[in-house]
Parts: sequence; C-alpha cells; structure tokens
Amino acid sequence: MKILVCVKQVPDMASSVTINAEGVWYVDEGLAFRLNEYDEYAVEEAVQLKEQLGGEPDLTILSIGPGRVKEAMRRAMAMGADRGVHIVDDEYYKKDSHQIASMIADFAKDKDFDLVFTGMQSQDRGSGQVGPAIAAQLDYACVTTLVGFEYEDGKITATRELEGGLHAKVKLAAPAVVTCQLGMNTPRYPTLPNIMKVKKKELLEFSPDDFASGDALVVTESMYVPEKKGAGLVLEGDAGEVAGKLLDVLKEKTSIVK
Amino acid sequence: MKALLVCEVREGKLLESSYELLGFAAAMEADPVMVMVGTEDSVPDFKGTVYLGDVASMGEYNPGEHKQLVLDAVEKENPDYVVFSHSSYGWDLAPRVASALGVAQISEVVELVDGKFVLDACNAKVRRLVSPKTDRVVLTVQAGAFSDDGSFEGSPQVEKISPAGDGHPMEFLGYEEVDTGGVDLTKAEVIVSAGRGIGKEENVEMIRKLAKAMGGELGASRPVVDAGWVDHGLQVGTTGQTVSPKLYMACGISGAIQHLAGMKKSDFIVAINTDADAPIKEIADVLVVSDVTKLVPALLEELGG
Repeated sequence: MKILVCVKQVPDMASSVTINAEGVWYVDEGLAFRLNEYDEYAVEEAVQLKEQLGGEPDLTILSIGPGRVKEAMRRAMAMGADRGVHIVDDEYYKKDSHQIASMIADFAKDKDFDLVFTGMQSQDRGSGQVGPAIAAQLDYACVTTLVGFEYEDGKITATRELEGGLHAKVKLAAPAVVTCQLGMNTPRYPTLPNIMKVKKKELLEFSPDDFASGDALVVTESMYVPEKKGAGLVLEGDAGEVAGKLLDVLKEKTSIVK
Repeated sequence: MKALLVCEVREGKLLESSYELLGFAAAMEADPVMVMVGTEDSVPDFKGTVYLGDVASMGEYNPGEHKQLVLDAVEKENPDYVVFSHSSYGWDLAPRVASALGVAQISEVVELVDGKFVLDACNAKVRRLVSPKTDRVVLTVQAGAFSDDGSFEGSPQVEKISPAGDGHPMEFLGYEEVDTGGVDLTKAEVIVSAGRGIGKEENVEMIRKLAKAMGGELGASRPVVDAGWVDHGLQVGTTGQTVSPKLYMACGISGAIQHLAGMKKSDFIVAINTDADAPIKEIADVLVVSDVTKLVPALLEELGG
C-alpha cells in the first residue's frame, strides 16, 4: 500500500504579517513558520493507518515551497513517514490552488497511491480547493472535512464534520483523497530518536519545471492589511484595577452584573 | 450576467445560508437561477427558475450526483457565476464543479470591489484582492458576509432534473449529533468562553468559576475543545453552537472567523486578550488587554467581595 500526505508550511498565526514589495503576499522576515495545523492531523492519521497495517504502507510526505519548508517536512517525517518529496519553489505564492493541485497530481499520476491525505485547508490562504482538485485530476474519490477515518480492505468509513454539531458518516472505496479537519486525532510529538532517524530518510528534491502546473486561473491583485474597527472601549493596566473597571462597565451597560 | 445559486438542503429543509446567496447575486447585479436537491416543499419563494433534483431518489449529500446536477444546470443556463455558501457542502462540492468545468474557483468571498473579489487570509489578519482568468467562475461565499436582501418572493418555475453519478459512489450511512452533555448554550444569558490563550487545561477551572459567578455557562473555542480541555458540546462557532446571550466574555480567544460567526450576535461582548490586535477586537464592545490568568482571578475576587 502507498500513502501520500501533502503538507504546507505556514506562518504561525500569532505572528504579525508584513506585505511584500510586490504587494501580493507576506514577507518571510520576522515570521515564525510551522506545519499547517490541518496537515498535522493528516500526517497523524496516515501514520496511525501505517501502524494499524503493521508498518507495511509506504508513506511519502510532499510539500511545495522555498527551502524553509524542509523544516516542516522533517517534523512531519519524524512523526513516522518513510520519505519526503520537496518541490522547491520560491514562487509558490504566485501559483493558485489549481496549479498547486496540478503539480501534485502530475507527481502522483504514475505512482499508484492508494490514499492521499491532506488538511482540509491551509491556515494562510484557506481555499480548501487543493485536496478535491487533486482527486479530480487523478480521477480518485474524495471525502473532505474528516473528524473520523477507518480503513479496512480498501474501504473507507469516514466521519465528515458539518455545521452545528452535526456529523455525517459515509462509506467509499480507495483510491481516494481525504482531507482532515482539526481535532480529528491527537497529533504526536516527534520523539528525539525519531527526529534523529529523519536524517537517514530520503528527502528528494524536484524543480517546479519537472511538473505540469498549467496557467493560473486566479490571480492575486493585491494583499493588504484591512482597516480595522477598534473595540468600543479598551481597558489596559493593573489586573485588579481593570477588573473593577470592567465590572463597572458591565453594571452600566448590561442587566447581568448588579 | 447570470448567477447559478447552489442552495443547500439537509434532511428536507432548505438551510438559511441559501438565502444569503440571493443577497450576493444582488450585490453582483447578476440574474439569479437556482439549483438544489430537495422536495417541492423545500423550494423557496423566488421569481425565477429552480432546477430541482429529487431528494427521494438522491438521498442526503452525495458529491458525485450533486456535482452532475450542478453541471446539468450549468449546461442548461450557461451562467457566468456558479455560487455556493462556504460551508461543509459548498467547500466540498465547489472544487469538484470547478475542476469538471475547468474554470477558476474563488473561495470564501467576503466583499466585492469593482467586479473583483476580496478574501480573508491568515486568520483575517490580511486580505487578498483576486481576479479570475476564466469567463465562468465558481465562487463560495463566506457565511454572513452578504445578507438576505428580502427578495424571496414570487413563485419559482421548477424544473426537475435527474443526474447520474460520476463513478465514485459514496454511501451515506447517517447523521450523528455531537453530545452536548445536556447544556443548551443557545438559552444561556451569559457565556464565558475559554480560548487557546488560557494557556493550559488547569486554567479551564477558573473560567468555569467565572461563568458560575456571573450566573452563566462555560463555553469554549475550537482549539480548547480539540485539545480535550472542554467537552465538544460546549464549542461555540460554526461547527459548534451559534449563540446570542446578553453577555459573552471571550477569554483568550483570538477570534477566528468560524468562532466569530457563532457569537457575534451577542448583545454585549467582552474580549480578554494579551494581543491588542486580535481579530476579536473588531466585534468586542470592551477589549481588556490582559493575561486571562491574571484578570480572571481579579474578577473573581471583585465578584466574591
């Protein structure tokens, strides 16, 4: 069995974002980067499946982006993958979801992956398109937004998260692309021995030119920091004083505090 | 210009988000046509054509058949835009339709500027202005970004269509409700919610105490629930409960769009956060720039005294 997990490296959402000179994306300087949270669940689910099947499945981590994405890939590989595939692309941000999916599908098309795992969206762009678009290009089945996944003899039983505390249970056959929602499992912390083992695992590099990406169907005209409406009232200072002030405001404005 | 609006029906009921699609079509100045899988009873009042897939034979959501249904309607109407809500239905189905049509897809539109589309990025810290390079475009629209324009009137012209599948059958086994543990947050007058900013599981207790002291219920944002610190049933947001209490206190919650959508209709909102720039400030009546673990004990002391 062969499993592909597609991951992205994204800025830590607590860092503040500065726009680049072209005005279409963020600059890397000053940002802390991490493995896209949704993809972390995808990696964990794939590793759990590998363990369930006695370690037999061959598990590849794929990522597209500049040199720095290797850091996120190594973390994913330390969770239990066999190899990494890095498509080194400094201009990744100029590609739209369709092009990213096309490159991945072009890489995967002759490799007979049984399952492709990925996050349901990235934390930075959040289009949610790449998973289903890979499936469409590979002519695989696809199921999205999973909070539950079971696999037996080529059949997947999946729990999709809908709105308002509702889940839908569905059944489908592999090969398939599955996209993972937050909270699907508990992603493991890579142990030190497993981090050391990554150094011996193969990490293949490719150029974006090695794969057909087609033309962009969506172009970013500009990226900007929106003008923000501030809070009505901002309280700052010593916790004790601020607590008193806050309760005074609540007495005045609500019927809750008397 | 013409917009094909893909409405969502669940267990025989048209979801409210579908009404926002008409508001979006109006903002686009596009003539709306609808497509949905439901019964004739679930078709909304609307002056125009509705393509209806029969829910009795198609059942609950099934991506292959729903995709084909939308493609059949596209074939008949030749629309400029194919529009979905950015929901578990829309974000699943839209890319399948866009891929089949070979056209651009733009996800989670929040605003229109001169015929171009504005999207949130990086947890709404920044925005992107994007434009499609294909004549036809598939769009998903952020929940709540465009409101129902009240144009739901008139009698639709219903045209029934029966789509085929796409060779990737998906069997629907059933729905499951998340256990709320008997707490109905939608009825609470006060909700004090814990977010990632509370730091660790042990600190949930002080938030729970504050909720009690205020005569309210404990709520939580998604990361806290995913970490297992608080039960799933107490999650506030699109995937959890949508609430509108008299007072909502967000403790250490930065304000992801999915959380805001679940509580922004609260009468009075207090946000306690160390980050004065957190997106939650935009909807907060009061922002307290403070560490939750210092402020909450101070509040408890004031309330106890």
